[in-house]
Amino acid sequence: MLRAFSHRHPFTALIIRRSVVGVVTLFVVSVLIFGATEVLPGNAAYAVLGHSASPAELHALERQLHLDRSVVDQYGAWVGGIFRGDLGRSLANGTSVWSFTEARLVNSMILVVLAGVIGSLLAVALGIAAAARKDTWLDDAMSGIALAVTALPEFVVAITLVILFSTVAFHVLPGVSVFAPGTYAWSGPRRLVLPVASLVLIIVPYIFRMTRAAMIEALESEYVELSELHGVSRVRVLLFYALPTSLPPIVQVVALTFLYLAGGIVIVENVFAYPGIGQGLVNAVNARDIPVIQFIVLVLAAFYIVVNIVADVTVLALTPRRRSRA
Amino acid sequence: MTAAGSAQLDGGFEVSRRGVGLAVRDLRVETTAGSAVVVDEIAFDVAPGEVFGLVGESGSGKTTIGLALLGHTRRGLRITGGEVLLNGRSVFAASPRELRSLRGSEIAYVPQDPASALHPLRRVRTQVSAGLRAHRSGSDVDSRVAEVLDEVGLPSDREMLRRLPHELSGGQQQRVALAMAFVCRPSVIVLDEPTTGLDVTIQRRVLETVRTLCSAYGVAAVYVSHDLAVIANLASSVAVLYAGRVVEYGPSKLVFSSPVHPYTRGLLESVPLADRRKTLHGIPGRVPRPGQRPRGCAFAPRCVARTESCLASPPASCQVGTRLVRCIHAEELLHQHSASHPGSATTTSTAGRADGSPGRGSLAAELAAPADPQEGPQAESASAPAPQDQPRLTIRRLTASYGEVQVLAEVDLSLARNESIAVVGESGAGKTTLAQCIVGLHTRWSGEIDLDGLALSKQATRRDRESLRKIQYIFQNPYLSLNPRKTILETITAPMQHFFSWSGAEALERAAEALRSVSLEPDNLYRYPDQLSGGERQRVAIARALAAQPTVLVCDEITSALDVSVQAAIVELLVRLRQEQQLSLVFITHNLALVRNVAEVCVVLSAGRIVEAGRVEDVLERPTDPYTAELVANIPSLFREGVGAR
Amino acid sequence: MNPVVGLARRRGVGRTGRSQGVLWRAAKTSRGAFGLVLSGAIVVLAAVGPLVSPHSATAFVAQPFAHPDASNLLGGDILGRDVLSRVLNGGWVLLIMAFLATVVGVGVGAMAGIVAAYVRGVGDGAIMRTVDVILAFPQLVFALLLVSVVGAKLWLIVVAVGISHAPQVARVLRAAAMDVAERPFVKAMELNGVRARTIVWREMLPNLTTPVTVEFGLRLTYSIVVMAGLAFLGFGQAPPAPNWGYMISENRIGLVENPWAVVVPALLIALLTVGVNMFGDAVARVSMGAAGRKGELAVASTSIGAMEPPAFLSADGPHSLQPAARNDVPG
Repeated sequence: MLRAFSHRHPFTALIIRRSVVGVVTLFVVSVLIFGATEVLPGNAAYAVLGHSASPAELHALERQLHLDRSVVDQYGAWVGGIFRGDLGRSLANGTSVWSFTEARLVNSMILVVLAGVIGSLLAVALGIAAAARKDTWLDDAMSGIALAVTALPEFVVAITLVILFSTVAFHVLPGVSVFAPGTYAWSGPRRLVLPVASLVLIIVPYIFRMTRAAMIEALESEYVELSELHGVSRVRVLLFYALPTSLPPIVQVVALTFLYLAGGIVIVENVFAYPGIGQGLVNAVNARDIPVIQFIVLVLAAFYIVVNIVADVTVLALTPRRRSRA
Repeated sequence: MTAAGSAQLDGGFEVSRRGVGLAVRDLRVETTAGSAVVVDEIAFDVAPGEVFGLVGESGSGKTTIGLALLGHTRRGLRITGGEVLLNGRSVFAASPRELRSLRGSEIAYVPQDPASALHPLRRVRTQVSAGLRAHRSGSDVDSRVAEVLDEVGLPSDREMLRRLPHELSGGQQQRVALAMAFVCRPSVIVLDEPTTGLDVTIQRRVLETVRTLCSAYGVAAVYVSHDLAVIANLASSVAVLYAGRVVEYGPSKLVFSSPVHPYTRGLLESVPLADRRKTLHGIPGRVPRPGQRPRGCAFAPRCVARTESCLASPPASCQVGTRLVRCIHAEELLHQHSASHPGSATTTSTAGRADGSPGRGSLAAELAAPADPQEGPQAESASAPAPQDQPRLTIRRLTASYGEVQVLAEVDLSLARNESIAVVGESGAGKTTLAQCIVGLHTRWSGEIDLDGLALSKQATRRDRESLRKIQYIFQNPYLSLNPRKTILETITAPMQHFFSWSGAEALERAAEALRSVSLEPDNLYRYPDQLSGGERQRVAIARALAAQPTVLVCDEITSALDVSVQAAIVELLVRLRQEQQLSLVFITHNLALVRNVAEVCVVLSAGRIVEAGRVEDVLERPTDPYTAELVANIPSLFREGVGAR
Repeated sequence: MNPVVGLARRRGVGRTGRSQGVLWRAAKTSRGAFGLVLSGAIVVLAAVGPLVSPHSATAFVAQPFAHPDASNLLGGDILGRDVLSRVLNGGWVLLIMAFLATVVGVGVGAMAGIVAAYVRGVGDGAIMRTVDVILAFPQLVFALLLVSVVGAKLWLIVVAVGISHAPQVARVLRAAAMDVAERPFVKAMELNGVRARTIVWREMLPNLTTPVTVEFGLRLTYSIVVMAGLAFLGFGQAPPAPNWGYMISENRIGLVENPWAVVVPALLIALLTVGVNMFGDAVARVSMGAAGRKGELAVASTSIGAMEPPAFLSADGPHSLQPAARNDVPG
């Protein structure tokens, strides 16, 4: 009966299937995160408070962190807390984890969305153009540059932009993007420019390469050849014959890019002192602020899973042959 | 003297003068890198309503020519000379815009593989109407689409119009491709092997459609193919290609019944015939690639009729009767036959045999004369197993399935010592599954398979060593059946080491022996598979199988991926090896015509059941089952009534 | 010897075409050669640097952010140490760590992938699901997580980065191993009753060296990137040890006064990663060509590994709608 249902409603079935797997994975991931941070050599409370803490203080902190209970209990408390909306308190400054990270979350989302959308559109357009002009000097130049830039570490790109536009060469844009704690990034758009530009520069070559490759493969296919032999114009061939079949890999690569951005912001935010969760994570790691670490990593994992599901479903929508087999 | 424009042939060949149809002059295509010549001096004419056949094996350049007629080349190639006149207008002189308007409306193309040539995301209606929308704006698209679908034999209802390519069968896809080509009523159509890969029954119907449409609309058609029988039934004139040049050009009836050029003769010698027995002879050697062609005649290295002057410079086309032949010995060769067979145009097999010995008697003599008791598989009737001899292989009530789908049902088979059985059927009939069950690759079956009286287990890993050794399997794809990281020596000695523990010098000696027995030089032992051609690799696969000294050989479509002349050589080899080593053979093929040359017994499979079994002559000449009868009737034959007529 | 046969076979004995080493052929392409030379130069610099460095990397020889002069060709860094000396000494640890991380990642990943392909069924599922879970984190974050637990120990960083490579490598090798296992020549050995272990060792593994080499080249780039990134964030060798990544971070403040302290290490890392990436790309391209899959898409999807693969996209990577290639194309 299940099979019949999935046969008739392939989409819904897929979404449900993936969501279930996603939830399970998230669960497993949360166990991993929890395990990693809690199974510490040494005592967490001790690590936070240091040598000079009195036994009483240690006990108090331990109770607060539920360290006096069994590991399973602790995990249960944590998960329960998440569902209740109580994420615990930051060890570093005592405020609730949520209020501490909320603004950072939003700021990072702004970065990711801006960079992702601008970068994808730009790269896809360039990729189509390069594929259409394959083997000309323009294509060779673009591909060569893409290959080089894609290899550069993020901080190199970011620092280069800082050097160029902020400190050494020109002085047009702020080299750091400090905001008052708790404010959102759109209150100072100029401070967004360089971080977003860095991320865009990092992701464009990657999407460009895949778009170009997918378009080239489509342009060299037999059905495109046949359409040329039937006298269809070059522009139509490019946009209506080659592009539609190139969309699945392009969508996949854009999804991969968003996933990448989840990690890439860590470095970029650090370079620009941008108040996002990347920065938050690094600070938390340095301070061994466990609840914050747990929360941020969990959010990132959830983001990953959701993006994957969306990408999978989109690709399936674009691929009728697999749809009928799904 | 070249053929370019100056040879005047009779009949409808003076197309260029009348300004209609297709005229090709001196076409030359080279590679962009290195300027290696791919095709050269190509010239032919096609009148409206006529079907012209372009015949060649792989590497001959036929697809390149087909595409060049539309002014198109694949990557890495460019047109460097010649002319293509379409109703008097030059295709190569057209501007890109003019060219685009010509394509699809005046000259159309039907591709070889419709599965990859139809856009996967477009529905039938969009695909077929694409040409109309590009070239005949303003016309009533829907009615024309329905009309042309009707003409190609497809339903034109809404359901069909909405289908995507993967929802169509192979035959339907090809018909859609035909509809796309005919929709604008072009004057010329180029068809590039459109029926390759289709089952014989479907092939016949598609060819019917092509023939009808062409004569109904007065379309000049160029049919490119490697399948001589198909061309013989379809085309009125034919050009035979070898290594990028036309070696023989003339009326197809004449070319196929009395070929002059040694390559054409060799080719005809290697084509199996379904309706009569014939010994197949392959052409030794291999086709030179562009850039590696010899200075003189390209065919000379493989030609037994060659002389010193053949190696000096490429021969020009000379007129011989109503034909053009590219051979300096053309006149002599033509007279040779008329002299030895006055009054009948017959062939002499001058292409020689794989081991270099002189050719045998004429094909016609073979065809006319009663079966020679010393020849071929039928010779075994003299030493046929006595009834009380135990059969080698017995299969009883074999039923096999893939998942939930049943592919074989209650198959019974018996293979005697020194006997050869051909298992034929169309795709999906279960032939490969049968082979895999015998050998232990496919394990979901029930029933019994006995080897020399002992029951075999389903899985190869459970069988004992002797049983595994005695049955050997040869795969279809020569390009994947040898380990690319091993030398030929390592490949052949692996089974030797495994079964007999030979090694070192002894293994080397035996490996060399094995190669010699498949007509390969021992110095190939140190080569890697990518240095060998497809036919050579298949020989190595046979040598590897024989290294285990088996008693039963299972051959799964081993020649399907090979050119017809190479196929003939492999079949020749198998016949000889069988005689020498008293092997039993299970030969799987979809090519009914090949069966006569390979086996004494024939078994026909349809949808997993045996529908006919018996001696080959009986099955092919007097089939009792209607399915078999239809199958046999659908095989295009070189020498049927009305060959090439029209 | 039959003259006909002899004439037709004029090639010499020896490996041609795809049987030649993939690395060698990649080095012969223009991009590959360029990449090799570029990265080779930086490697040499990093290796030889400590031997030719004018000062000690930790000695204070000038004013903080001093301008370049005769004794300090690149000036001083934030604490007044000689930038040139720190640059010359600051590369080899990074390189070794990146190399080791790649070895760990490709080794573990390849084993996991091949084993998964070999055992099939439940074992395969188990291995691949584990792989998927690891893939639910960005690589950097994964490393950070581990570091936050155990501390910034060098061996841990190597292992963490290595493990984060393993999933993609496992995927690729699993697909490659399954593909090889299906090929007729492997089946031919199975049909003779040759033992599975022998088949894997003799028939399959030699055909898997190419994908392993390709993955190694591609992963190496990202190992270097992640290592440098971690160093940049402060998770690397403890100060005052010189480290290109960390130098960029610590000297940022003095960008205006002495940019060289930032620019030179950044440039070196950039050149190294670009060179390694170009060579890795050339290796991938050459191996695709040899396998007959000349599609650009095939090359790009392999190179994709430079960034993170996702958890639930189809196991065989990006799909195009191109119909399956006919298998009569010679390899």
